[in-house]
Amino acid sequence: MRNLPPKLSAEQYEQNFADISPRFTRQQALIEASRCLYCFDAPCTKACPTSIDVPSFIKKITTGNLKGSARVILSANILGESCGRVCPTEVLCEGACVMNGSGEKPIEIGRLQRYAVDYALDHNFRLFAAGKPNGHRVACVGSGPASLACAAELAKLGYGVEIYDRNPMPGGLNTYGIAAYKTRASDSLREVKLVEDLGVKFHQGVEVGKDIALAELEQKFDAIFLAVGLGETWDLNLPGEDLDDVYGALEFIEWTKIERFENIDIGKRVAVIGAGNTAIDCVTAARRLNAETVYLIYRRDKESMPAFQYEYELAQKDGVIFLWNTQPLRILGRGESVLGLECVKTKMVGKGRAARVEIVAGSEFTIEVDMVVKALGQQPAMDLVKSIEGLELKAGHVVVNPQTHQTGNPKYFAGGDCVNGGKEVVDAVAEGMAAARGIHKAVGNRQ
Amino acid sequence: MADLSTDFAGIKSPNPFWLASGPPTNTAGQVMRAFDCGWGGAVWKTVGEPIINTGSRYGGIDLGSQKLMGFNNIELISDRPIEDNLREIAEVKKRYPKNAVIVSLMVESRRETWHEMVKRTEDSGCDGLELNFGCPHGMSERGMGAAVGQVPEYTAMITEWVREVARTPVIVKLTPNISDITKIAAAAEKGGAHGISLINTINSLMSVDLDTFAPRPTVRGKSSHGGYCGPAVKPIALHMVSACAKRVKIPISGIGGIGTWPDAAEFVALGASSLQVCTAVMHYGFRIVEDLIDGLNDYLDSKGFADLSHLRGRAIENVADWGDLDLNYKIIADIKPDLCIGCHLCYVACEDGAHQCIEEFPIGPSALQLGMFGKTNGDKARVPRIIENECVGCNLCALVCPVHGCITMKHVETGNPIMSWNDRMRHQRQEAGVGQTPSLWESAQ
Repeated sequence: MRNLPPKLSAEQYEQNFADISPRFTRQQALIEASRCLYCFDAPCTKACPTSIDVPSFIKKITTGNLKGSARVILSANILGESCGRVCPTEVLCEGACVMNGSGEKPIEIGRLQRYAVDYALDHNFRLFAAGKPNGHRVACVGSGPASLACAAELAKLGYGVEIYDRNPMPGGLNTYGIAAYKTRASDSLREVKLVEDLGVKFHQGVEVGKDIALAELEQKFDAIFLAVGLGETWDLNLPGEDLDDVYGALEFIEWTKIERFENIDIGKRVAVIGAGNTAIDCVTAARRLNAETVYLIYRRDKESMPAFQYEYELAQKDGVIFLWNTQPLRILGRGESVLGLECVKTKMVGKGRAARVEIVAGSEFTIEVDMVVKALGQQPAMDLVKSIEGLELKAGHVVVNPQTHQTGNPKYFAGGDCVNGGKEVVDAVAEGMAAARGIHKAVGNRQ
Repeated sequence: MADLSTDFAGIKSPNPFWLASGPPTNTAGQVMRAFDCGWGGAVWKTVGEPIINTGSRYGGIDLGSQKLMGFNNIELISDRPIEDNLREIAEVKKRYPKNAVIVSLMVESRRETWHEMVKRTEDSGCDGLELNFGCPHGMSERGMGAAVGQVPEYTAMITEWVREVARTPVIVKLTPNISDITKIAAAAEKGGAHGISLINTINSLMSVDLDTFAPRPTVRGKSSHGGYCGPAVKPIALHMVSACAKRVKIPISGIGGIGTWPDAAEFVALGASSLQVCTAVMHYGFRIVEDLIDGLNDYLDSKGFADLSHLRGRAIENVADWGDLDLNYKIIADIKPDLCIGCHLCYVACEDGAHQCIEEFPIGPSALQLGMFGKTNGDKARVPRIIENECVGCNLCALVCPVHGCITMKHVETGNPIMSWNDRMRHQRQEAGVGQTPSLWESAQ
């Protein structure tokens, strides 16, 4: 990196990446839980992809039954802790809260959920037991949220489950891919332990298709659950993309999750290209790592931004500069270093989603930056799934029966980002649970 | 501005708000500060042979995040020497001649002891006496307090003893720990009391520590039954005040869960002439009197009542026997769709807890997919429906509804004449003829 901002003290970095929504104190939790009306047939539960019985777990907080509260949450969603932290609750349970209807603040369901599960994790409660072995074995490929949920559910039903994952640490994007001020890798690993406690076997650092053949898994297991997620960040296809100081968004976020903050070399001036939630994670991380100037560059207008409103507001608070209607043309560099980004202004032609982006002729300009982060979303990971006979793909994503999550090849089930193209943790969990039920239906009665 | 000044059996105070006998009236310092805050009077913490108190003494019960919905104590009467109390009473009375100072008394049930105590107390210059025949804990085990107030004969007799020497008005404080409080009220009246005050605290055991199994409030792992008070007891007090108001002619000082001006106004409407407050002050301090006075004043003005006499007893005649209630009066629930937030608490309450007269609006697989929540969508799909021909008009849905004004009970004109149970019985008897023998209950009446 050519230009680095001054390094901060370790304490200062910790402060910058401190939990943006800290754990409730007992007092706060009680007051907030007491506000809950305990709705019947509650809209919050209906709005949750994993159908957590929200009124029930909140009621239990008010009675001091935190163990029971955690049991309600985790039986519906084994990743209840991280979902409490990272779910876009504003558009899910909290958005559905009836309090919105009377103009009151919705119940902070996410934070209450995290409070209850943290209590259970702190006390190492064994809330669930593995089922009596039923003699069937299932392999899960990938160890992200979908796999963890599927594995836990199957283990409870008595399956022998083994997870194969290429990363050194389990948890997938939950461990490697979420902004550090929302959750740390260690938080994710605490939840993984819940799954380990059910007897699920983890093979980390083992890439299926390379270190172990699919054929071998097919031979050893009654069913295989594919939750391989997505692949690399989409390329910009621009000159200069190969320079050293050009990073993929996930690569950059992963850096903040596994490296000590003071060891991360951030550019003094950083350009992040894209305007999704991951782009927001990147600009906020860059600012918190003490980058002086951080640009978010998006070729469409502000209204078209895919990021959630509160994510955008977070980036605003962090002092990020938003360049709307700006299309990068070329990354300028010298040697391996990035020097700047040549851009051109665009304009929207037409209205709404159908609007086209047109380049404004003669509006080229250059900004000086030291680092570029590509946040254009991830490509489908096709290498492994393409090799499976009978498995159908649509736009690179695995096609499944929406109820059972069974693929075109009856031995294979799939869920998570590789199926839905990249959604929330809670969606991956819901799909993993559905797949577990699908597998149980297909395999469970076999002798 | 309505006139709040009060004359309770000759005891005058600038307003009807008196501090009840208890911890807030333990010392001259407290009582004088209370008068500075605006309290009209104070009933001094019960004076008698000094006792020894325990630690702890108080217990509380919360509801959600609301603290002290109910409160109890095992504290006894004053633990200070009689002469200290009387000296301070004299000092307060000298400095605050316009405020009422009533002294609560409790001594052994012996005529000479009461005579001596009354004389000594009145020498302090106090405005009246309140005989504590109500304390349910501790003192009752020694034959005082509620031990007296539970026996009409004792109540009448000791009241007579006091009247033999008293020069100031005598108020008898009644215990609610009895099946019919009006019998004691009548006994006090018969004994010559100038007024009664009620209710004293209710026998209670606050809670149990589930780790140590010590009841609360705990004294080295043990506890004893204590006196229950605070907002939770108000309905019990209102009932007893209204019952006494119907039975006796002497004025009533209302006590029990008063913390706000509407509480106070309700007591007055049921016959109270002055109002005593303790728990609310223990919770929030003397300053609450400001809103008590202010709110009551504005209320009287809004009703066009020049003073409390216009409000006093206004609700008593509406406290009827159940048998006189109109069985043909029909009301049904009415949900205002634009206020409904879709919590379905009314539905589940009616379905499981009452009379199955509300139906849920059928709702699809996912509220999210259908955008079926919040006012933002202008969506009213979650508004439950009252099955009007089934609704019995019980109030439950309106009581559980968290939105003010969303569920109200509307009157339905049926065209049927007013018909009470007693009317029906009279009617039936007439039809059956004269020969029918009355039931055991009817004979007893």
